[in-house]
Amino acid sequence: MTTVVPGASVSAIGSRLRHFAELVAPFVALAAVWQIASAYFPKYLFPPLLDVFWRTLEIFTDWPQFAQVLATVGRILAGLAGAFLIGAALAILMMRSRAVDRFFAPILTFFQGVPALSWVVFAIIWFHGIEFRIFFIMVVTSLPAFTFQVLDALRGMSKDLFEMVLSFRPTRAKMFRAMVLPAILPDIMTAWKVNLGNASRVVVVAELVGATGGVGYELLMQQQQFDMAGALAWTLQLVFFVLVSQQIIALIEARVFRYRAFSERSM
Amino acid sequence: MSGQAGAAEIVLDHVSKAFGRADSAEAFRAVDDLSLAIAPGELVAILGKTGCGKSTIFNMIAGLGAPTEGSVLVQGYDPFRSFDALRGKIAIVFQSDRLLPWRTAIGNVELGLDMLDVPREERRKIAQLWLSRLGLSGHERDYPHALSGGMRQRVSIARAFATDANILLCDEPFSALDEITAQRLREEFVALVRLNRKTGVFITHSINEALQVGDRIVVLRRPARVAYDVRITRDGMADEQKTIRKRIEKILTE
Repeated sequence: MTTVVPGASVSAIGSRLRHFAELVAPFVALAAVWQIASAYFPKYLFPPLLDVFWRTLEIFTDWPQFAQVLATVGRILAGLAGAFLIGAALAILMMRSRAVDRFFAPILTFFQGVPALSWVVFAIIWFHGIEFRIFFIMVVTSLPAFTFQVLDALRGMSKDLFEMVLSFRPTRAKMFRAMVLPAILPDIMTAWKVNLGNASRVVVVAELVGATGGVGYELLMQQQQFDMAGALAWTLQLVFFVLVSQQIIALIEARVFRYRAFSERSM
Repeated sequence: MSGQAGAAEIVLDHVSKAFGRADSAEAFRAVDDLSLAIAPGELVAILGKTGCGKSTIFNMIAGLGAPTEGSVLVQGYDPFRSFDALRGKIAIVFQSDRLLPWRTAIGNVELGLDMLDVPREERRKIAQLWLSRLGLSGHERDYPHALSGGMRQRVSIARAFATDANILLCDEPFSALDEITAQRLREEFVALVRLNRKTGVFITHSINEALQVGDRIVVLRRPARVAYDVRITRDGMADEQKTIRKRIEKILTE
């Protein structure tokens, strides 16, 4: 027999609405403040939100402009993929050999201390090709983080589980597929989430100074024309990209990590 | 050397194991000149107090560690140096269940078969069979966190048996379970070992468990060295078991 609890579905809807309101409230407040400011300040400082909206829509719907957004997204993904592949390979080597670890760890730490803007300057001096220049900047700025994150994930792998799988005497490839990859995947996902945000900031700097296209370059154009609505609209493109990519990662995580236990009580 | 050395499946010949640099004063000798031969089909309980080197011996037989001196042979192979030669020939039940949290119960049982390149359909069938033999039908798709401690240990036993390895190594597999569950699993385990004619090495610190499981008991004294090696006749007199128990108790309290 099914027991129907009156009001249960109503309370569930109420809870969802409250959750949605909590999520949206800060953005509504921010937009309201902006809109009020636009009434008192000149347009080139605080343009009305409607202007920003139409400008954003225009970038979305006008192919030559949207192609600039895609170029930037491509640069972010290519740079991150390059940094991840090199970083993961380096992390495996550092895990396997103490000598390699001792050699590369200080270099990577040193690289972490170099500002992204310095790498942009170095890249402009060293390389002619725009795409390679940006790829280099993206890789070199994301490499230390990826390497250390993958290295930590490898080091944090359960020795007990590793030995258990080892007891079946697997080949290297099988050990990697059955044990290493699933064990480090949560940390890799986190590394991608963190580095995506960082990379979307670095790419703008790289394009601003060292490119003739992309969101960063377009931002430079808006600044020269004192077009605040345009600057905001181009910025929002990157924000959307980060939000969408984070959402995609979250969906992948929900599917791949469904084995995780959840406590009924939150922290 | 005890046992039937000629037909032995596992041979430890004057094995010593020291941790730390052998020439330094801090070197810790966990195993000292241990010799032991285990015949095919024997289920040997290796009994000793905590820290007497049981797990070190276990690791050396499993090929997870190498002796400092002497030699270890499993089916004629050095399990450490010829690691791959023993693929599919040794299965281990660990102290904790060591289930992969990202695999379901059936996925965990399939693990060893996967390592042996058994085709997907066949390994699923075998895993299913072993899960049902161990009373876990209906839990195939459950992840480890959804299973009780006893159920998880059953899955790990199923995982070990599924590969059909000739040699089963068990490192205090029931020590983390409550006594009633442990007792039941122990009985099931011994029955499965005998039915499938496996050679078993069962590490334990419990005299009761050793008497219940082993058809031979090897008592170790620290640093691991054989202090007593006795065969148990299952249909033997209760008096015989009592005498053996007293002797073991005396050795362990010395």
